[in-house]
Amino acid sequence: MAAIIAENLVRRFDAFTAVDGISFTVQPGEIFGFLGPNGSGKTVTIKMLCGILPLTGGAAQVDGIDVVRDPDSVRARIGYMSQKFALYDDLTVRENLRFYGMVYDIRGAALARRMEEIIARIHLEPFLGRQAGKLSGGWKQRLALGCALLHEPHILFLDEPTAGIDPVARRQLWDLLFEFSGHGMTFFVTTHYMDEAERCSHLAYIYYGRLIADGTPLSLRQLPDMTPAGTYRLEITTSEVTVALRRVRALPAVRSATIFGRSIHALIDATCPQQELARAIGDDGIRIEDLRPLAPSLEDVFVELSERRQRELAA
Amino acid sequence: MNPFTGFQAMAYKETLHAVRDRFALFAAFMMPLFQLVVLGYAVDTNVRQVPTVVFDQSGLSAGDGQSGNSETRAFIDRLGNSDTFHVYRHVRSDDEMNAEMIAGRARVAVKFPPEFARNLLRGQSAEVLVLVDGSDSAVAGQAVTVSGQIALDESLRRLLGEHAPHPIDVRPKIMFNPASRSPNFFLPGMIAILLVFVTTMLTAFSVVREKERGTLEQLIVTPVRPLALMLGKITPYFVLGLSEMCALLLFMNFVFQVPIHGNAPLLILLSTCYLFVNLTIGILISTKAASQAEAIQLAMMIILPSVFLSGYIFPRDNMPAIFYGLSFLIPATYMVNISRGVILRGAGAAELWLDALVLLALGVIVLLLAARRFRRMIL
Repeated sequence: MAAIIAENLVRRFDAFTAVDGISFTVQPGEIFGFLGPNGSGKTVTIKMLCGILPLTGGAAQVDGIDVVRDPDSVRARIGYMSQKFALYDDLTVRENLRFYGMVYDIRGAALARRMEEIIARIHLEPFLGRQAGKLSGGWKQRLALGCALLHEPHILFLDEPTAGIDPVARRQLWDLLFEFSGHGMTFFVTTHYMDEAERCSHLAYIYYGRLIADGTPLSLRQLPDMTPAGTYRLEITTSEVTVALRRVRALPAVRSATIFGRSIHALIDATCPQQELARAIGDDGIRIEDLRPLAPSLEDVFVELSERRQRELAA
Repeated sequence: MNPFTGFQAMAYKETLHAVRDRFALFAAFMMPLFQLVVLGYAVDTNVRQVPTVVFDQSGLSAGDGQSGNSETRAFIDRLGNSDTFHVYRHVRSDDEMNAEMIAGRARVAVKFPPEFARNLLRGQSAEVLVLVDGSDSAVAGQAVTVSGQIALDESLRRLLGEHAPHPIDVRPKIMFNPASRSPNFFLPGMIAILLVFVTTMLTAFSVVREKERGTLEQLIVTPVRPLALMLGKITPYFVLGLSEMCALLLFMNFVFQVPIHGNAPLLILLSTCYLFVNLTIGILISTKAASQAEAIQLAMMIILPSVFLSGYIFPRDNMPAIFYGLSFLIPATYMVNISRGVILRGAGAAELWLDALVLLALGVIVLLLAARRFRRMIL
């Protein structure tokens, strides 16, 4: 049985269509990365799957339960954690955990046992008596995760869980997710970080209400038309990236060019060989340190897919 | 699914919030008591010792410079003895008299014309001018009534002789508050008004705070039901409101010596219905308000009519029909009646059950309205 099945989900707000007929399936134990620009319908999709926003059309099953017919049962079986870490600042770590346990109707000895388990798994021991508001961002996020996991949900929805968190805390959170996912829990994660997307076992990309990519990170990078026929990708490392970028973009053969650190990633028509490009950039004083062919990154894939969709919409 | 799922969790958490913010809790508890004390001492609607000037032209004609003749002095003494008037100065001209009135030093001026004593002695009608400052209607009314009575009394005495009985003797007896003490009348009603602040404001804030912090969004994704969420939220404030009620009664009884003629436990029991309505109104406000500032404004829209239309200050019987009708929708109206009923008139459940029932019904209606709005807010 699939963990999540979305079939042709539609959500309209008056004349505006936030989600326009998207379908996907998430298998149990997957870390499903749900990506897309801000305002493209990610949160609306999550809300529909969590049974708190009615669907305008389509159907969805979460943990085998129809979200339209029985949203209450869906809510009891899932966990949800938003980027805002919905904790009570004036309650201690232990009190926050106990509250969320009680909310899910876990009582007495079962609640105490479950709390000990979560505290040990997330290593919250040193902070039990501290008020949540006095924790650092990373620890708030861990506590929020603990609260969301207390009732042993089968599926956990995380809406940009790492926004505004330092890299170490981010890494630690993902390590925790992998650990829980190893025990069969399914994760539905939205993020803007490409390195996080790389760590997902399954990715979908939503662009203004439409799903325009669905697959593993590897399969998405290997999509045949990400480097269109008659073009090639090049990484140009140079001493003067900004000036070089201007010159690269001025060339008619260059389809797109973006700066990454000290290098430029460019998509170039095959009619323009590397040497010609190098000559065009590297005259007076700008030194080209390296020129190498480049496989598309996930970001390239998403940018390319978005632009293609944009052109379709414009046409 | 059980509509009360999550009630315990909410009550647990909300109590922790309340207890954690001890200062806010203490302030919320002390504020009404403080207001009771201030208003209890300040509010005195009985008019006493109104500053009065006397211009006695009749006395001047007697030549001694003071209000000299016995006819005017007898009248002035009666004014002074009435407790309504306090004669603080004698003036010698109309200009002086007017100046005292305009400056507001005198609220009342009594002017005896030159022929006053002469006319009296001749058995003719003697006129006295009583000027009254109408800028305070209570003072003006009382001054006119009392000066008229003194004149009437004095006239009767002159016509009938010194110790003759009056033909008709009205013996008014004021029931329930024989001394006409202002605290007895004001404090029982004030309790109802003061309770609105604690209960409505605190609950409204507690939900709005969750909106502002984004925790409400999280709660909505849990199995907590709207009804359980609201009832759980009002639980600690219900307890607070109830203790406030008891504290206010104790203060009223012991500090202001207002006797409770009826059954105090009954009063507290009936007041639970009132607390319930106010708490649910607080919740309803919070479903509408997006910020604490907005919640205060909305709460004020509820509280001000409570003060003015509940009959606490202005008698409801004198209100224009539309406001009289409106006053039936205001919970404080019923509570003012219950509170005055039990405390002043010694009324019991037999007289007041309807008021309590209406309050309970209002509370349930508001709660269901709030639950509906909650559900819509979620979706």
